[in-house]
Amino acid sequence: MPSFVITEKCDGCRAQDRTACQYVCPNDLMVLDKERNKAFNRAVDMCWECYSCVKICPTQAIEVRGYADFMPLGAVVQPLRSSDSIMWAVRFRNKMVKRFKFPIRTTPEGSIVPDAGFSTGTEGLKEPGLRTEPGSLGTDLYRK
Amino acid sequence: MNAEIFKTEVIETDLLILGGGMAACGAAFEAAYWAKKYNQRVTLVDKAAMERSGAVAMGLSAINLYLGLKNGRNSVEDYVNYVRNDLMGIARADLVANIARHVDSTVHLFEKWGLPIWKDEEGNYVNEGRWQIMIHGESYKNIVSEAAKSALKELGANGSYYERIFITEPLMEGDRCVGAVGFSVRESTFYVFKAKAVLDAMGGAVHIFRPRSVGEGLGRSWYPPFNSGASAYFTLKSGAEMTCQEVRFVPVRFKDAYGPVGAWFLLFKSKATNARGEDYMETRAAELEKWAPYGTAKPTPANLRNYLMLLELEEGNGPIYMRTDEAIRELVAQIPDPKESKRKLRELESEAWEDFLDMTISQALNWASHNVMPEETPSEISACEPYFISSHSGASGAWVSGPSDLADDGNSWGYDNMTTIQGLFAAGDASGASSHKFSSGSFTEGRIAGKAAIAFCVDHPEALSPDEERISALKERVLQPLKTFESHHGYTEDEDVNPHYIKPKMFMFRLQKIMDEYAGGASVGFRTSEPLLKKGLEYLQFMHEDAEKLAAADLNELMRCWENIHRLWQAESHLRTVLFREETRWPGYYFRTDHPAMKEDWEAFANCRWDPETGEWNMIKRNL
Repeated sequence: MPSFVITEKCDGCRAQDRTACQYVCPNDLMVLDKERNKAFNRAVDMCWECYSCVKICPTQAIEVRGYADFMPLGAVVQPLRSSDSIMWAVRFRNKMVKRFKFPIRTTPEGSIVPDAGFSTGTEGLKEPGLRTEPGSLGTDLYRK
Repeated sequence: MNAEIFKTEVIETDLLILGGGMAACGAAFEAAYWAKKYNQRVTLVDKAAMERSGAVAMGLSAINLYLGLKNGRNSVEDYVNYVRNDLMGIARADLVANIARHVDSTVHLFEKWGLPIWKDEEGNYVNEGRWQIMIHGESYKNIVSEAAKSALKELGANGSYYERIFITEPLMEGDRCVGAVGFSVRESTFYVFKAKAVLDAMGGAVHIFRPRSVGEGLGRSWYPPFNSGASAYFTLKSGAEMTCQEVRFVPVRFKDAYGPVGAWFLLFKSKATNARGEDYMETRAAELEKWAPYGTAKPTPANLRNYLMLLELEEGNGPIYMRTDEAIRELVAQIPDPKESKRKLRELESEAWEDFLDMTISQALNWASHNVMPEETPSEISACEPYFISSHSGASGAWVSGPSDLADDGNSWGYDNMTTIQGLFAAGDASGASSHKFSSGSFTEGRIAGKAAIAFCVDHPEALSPDEERISALKERVLQPLKTFESHHGYTEDEDVNPHYIKPKMFMFRLQKIMDEYAGGASVGFRTSEPLLKKGLEYLQFMHEDAEKLAAADLNELMRCWENIHRLWQAESHLRTVLFREETRWPGYYFRTDHPAMKEDWEAFANCRWDPETGEWNMIKRNL
């Protein structure tokens, strides 16, 4: 089923224009059943198992059941993503659980300044130097 | 769904960036700066949501291209030599060098924007291999797309981006590309983007060949299933010359879930063996001499590593294993202190799982579902189905202009990364013969192309208005699958089975079957020959005819229809070029049984061009 929606937990993003999973799915698979106010994955065999919907769901209503044509049942890999790190719970078929936590970002979301403090040299539009170079490169060898 | 209710939205801009992945984000970041200086408008169009679109949507565990130029770690020449050898001599040194001389700047920007890069005790990046550095890359795409959006925002009213619009066709005016058309996958709107320059960065192509898993696992392609050949279709249809369309990529990955092997081979120094525990890179070393000088140089080209593995399987020596257990054991054994070695084991375990959780979560799920602990059990690896991805170890894409200070005579025509069509640029998986760009190099190539495209806009201030009649005809053509469905679906009880039309899914399955069986897919051991290719080509012509009868019940299916038309063109250009190059040069990617060796007179690029005037294909051999 790749990604699936747990009926009880999905609130259809409270009848907003579109759900978070619809917004994010890179393959346009998530849709909202407007009558029931529940989201679902409309083409599970086109699902990449990228977990974008799982990570973004505000009610943690989406999980992934591994592709049944090659994965035995019973395992769960579930993330909890915050602004600077992600926690993973990996539950094996034999019930063993492993937990991992990894950093995902060193700056606050929405804080990016494109130039990142590097100034751009005096190169013209038709010279090789790119925006923020040579500062961001740390050398000017592209000039040679 | 009624095609008549579609309204038409016209957007005028100067530079139109097609795509929202790494190359497109690089183009937006760079173009915005120069556009501000020269008062130009920049518009980006993505088929999905930028924060999770493209090949890096899921994240990555490494940046595979970083030179370390400022510390003299590597030189640009070193990198060019590496890439050329990996591609068995077929690479444009000027394009590879242009990316390599700027890529470190991109990586330093990524770090400042907030991408966590692994550091050692001295504060240096941790290398996975010579060119690869390790990252905590779960949010890689979120970070990079935020920077691209911020850059567009700095342009004020002159910068904008559109999401969930699927681009179908180029807009041409004589020999100039002057925009693109497409449709919203959310509402009934046909979009016309008019521009002075267009930058094609819509990714590679997946699901051209039949995947190994055909149930739910169909979606678990190594490269994303939503990369459907839009880039190649766009340049082909505009009449641009293409290169290396035969150079597919067949990655060897952890079997079925296609988890990455780079960290295991390079960081953990793991070996791959046959079922008997023999390291086929050692036992079959003599085979490499047949492919000299490339086969005997180090590192061994990716396709030859594949090939030696395929030979093992042919002789019945499978399964092939990544010896994760042995690799971990050896790394831990290097630490004599028992407490320290226990700590090291925990650290390695975490690193191993992060490698998958950052970029191929299914592989972690696959391990957990089979109760695999990598420190105790080896895992199977296998060759995936073929993909088209010139940013990795494939090379297919548009033939583009190199930088004037690096390109050989004839390979530079005024604007970096411009195709042979005026005003049409290509980057990332859309441009060919510049392999091994990966994520950082694709972003960098997008920057190079974005800057050059702004220069083109400045030099060509006149706005060319495409013919209105042609736009109406395009609209009709793009929406035709909706009309076809509307007119005929009432004829049968099952809307998927109807003699008047074909749904995109079965169309895709037919394409995959033809390519797999005739053009050397996974199920035939990647082998093909002239008679097979000619038969396959015959079948593809039926597909062109049936493409006219594709039917869509809704917007999502309309997108699937067009994705598969795009795939068909990618497929045909591939098949024709495999036929044209009468030799075997990348035996681990495909093997011409009728021409089983490399030939000196094929130390050349195999290019092709579809002529929009005549509808004919021209095959072109170009010197290295």
